[in-house]
Amino acid sequence: MAKVWRMEKGVEEGMRELLRFLLRSHKVQGVISLLKLPDGGVAYALITDQATVQDAVPLYPLMPTNAATVLSRITLLGSPQEPLAAVLRPCELRAFVELVKRKQGSVENFLFISSTCGGVYPLKLAAQGRVKEADYWIAVRQGEIPAGIRPTCRGCNQFLPYNADITVKLAGNRELNKRCDLILNTEKGEEFLSGLEGEIHDEEAPGEEVKLLLQKRGEAKKELYEELKSEELGLSGLVDIFGRCLNCHACGNACPLCYCELCDFDSRDYEYDPSTYLAQLAERGGIKVPPNSLIYQLGRLTHMGISCVGCGMCTDVCPAAIPVGSIFYRVGEQVQARFDYVPGRDLAEDVPLTVFKEKEFQEVGR
Amino acid sequence: MPEEFEPKIIGFICKWCTYAAADLAGTSRLQYPPSFLPIRVMCSSRVDPLGVIKTFLEGADGVLIGGCHPGDCHYVQGNYYTRRRFVLLQAVFAGLGLEAERLQLSWISASEGVRFAQVVRDYARKIKNLGPNPTKREIFL
Repeated sequence: MAKVWRMEKGVEEGMRELLRFLLRSHKVQGVISLLKLPDGGVAYALITDQATVQDAVPLYPLMPTNAATVLSRITLLGSPQEPLAAVLRPCELRAFVELVKRKQGSVENFLFISSTCGGVYPLKLAAQGRVKEADYWIAVRQGEIPAGIRPTCRGCNQFLPYNADITVKLAGNRELNKRCDLILNTEKGEEFLSGLEGEIHDEEAPGEEVKLLLQKRGEAKKELYEELKSEELGLSGLVDIFGRCLNCHACGNACPLCYCELCDFDSRDYEYDPSTYLAQLAERGGIKVPPNSLIYQLGRLTHMGISCVGCGMCTDVCPAAIPVGSIFYRVGEQVQARFDYVPGRDLAEDVPLTVFKEKEFQEVGR
Repeated sequence: MPEEFEPKIIGFICKWCTYAAADLAGTSRLQYPPSFLPIRVMCSSRVDPLGVIKTFLEGADGVLIGGCHPGDCHYVQGNYYTRRRFVLLQAVFAGLGLEAERLQLSWISASEGVRFAQVVRDYARKIKNLGPNPTKREIFL
């Protein structure tokens, strides 16, 4: 059983009321939420002014930046002095937890508000002005997978947030436009809400609608993997896919987990000197210039594949339409399974490569 | 007549155990394939998975990582980390359908000169059966 705070207003207005309330009652110094831009786009912003909240769209189905990156920027040198509230998606919260494990931020003094997420649209769709919010909410309300969302969102079965103080009921919540249901996961969440309009009741969580959607997403994930068949790619398959990579490293830049300030791959170490290019010509009969797009992806997989949360930022920003995110999601999951690790599940769980047990993997090494 | 394929194997081997075993194999006049190219590292945990991938993509037919037996690491815990990294590397290779068989992790102590020669011989035979690494012919890496 879970405690649920119910406000008798639509979920979007309810969320804005919640943010206004938190600011008005000085329970938080500011809130981090998506904010509508004058040109119709959205961006993450730190809002301290109640009046600005009317432009906040905390649940808008777009991820302009992974919020983990935003939070890491704010907390890199320590937690905020005064409490802040952040509205973010489950995968963003998981990515942030992974960053905190790597000492790239702090979770202290934060109220995390997440949701049973319906997924987000690719950024390209938004740039073309083709985000149909009304259709999105109809699909979410009915517990369906909205058409056209990110491929990794379609197959995401981790839309129930870990580590959130408050979870907004979205997926399969049929009364979205009339009610705003906030599941109180922690005492902290409850404390912060005391004084807010609405009433508390108990209910079964996760509800039936979530279980149904889990099933649908599971099937969609299977389809995604079947289409991808990453374990059958082999070298030639990888070359087919990443051969068109233009080494822009946008995927790494957009990735919330690629946090290194100086990336080894941005150095000239991965270039060849001119004589090597010519020597390779003789040996291979040709060589791609600049080289090493595949090693970048494989390197990234070994560096942060273990923590990949499948947010899909990388696919979104790829100018060569390479399904980077789907591949990372799939391979990441296989790597994580070897260590029985779910990225972002628990701050107390160490990143598997930073610890070991003496008696494990005894079949490895011969 | 085409030349017979001799696999080129790069070995990242730890100074304290496997490299010493290689020395022992040498002074004991034990035979192992000359196409095995040892690179001495201070500890097997010094080997970044990225280095292994780079070696693989540059066309090495096999990559052998050698370290002390678990529990015997000169730096006490180094090879436990190596083991986890190797598991990761294998999972990435398997997940993408790359030939994980071209990578091997072996525990060979300083006294195991005979074993060192045997491991390298066996591994070279295995790689020979696999054939040349296809990355050698790829242009769009």
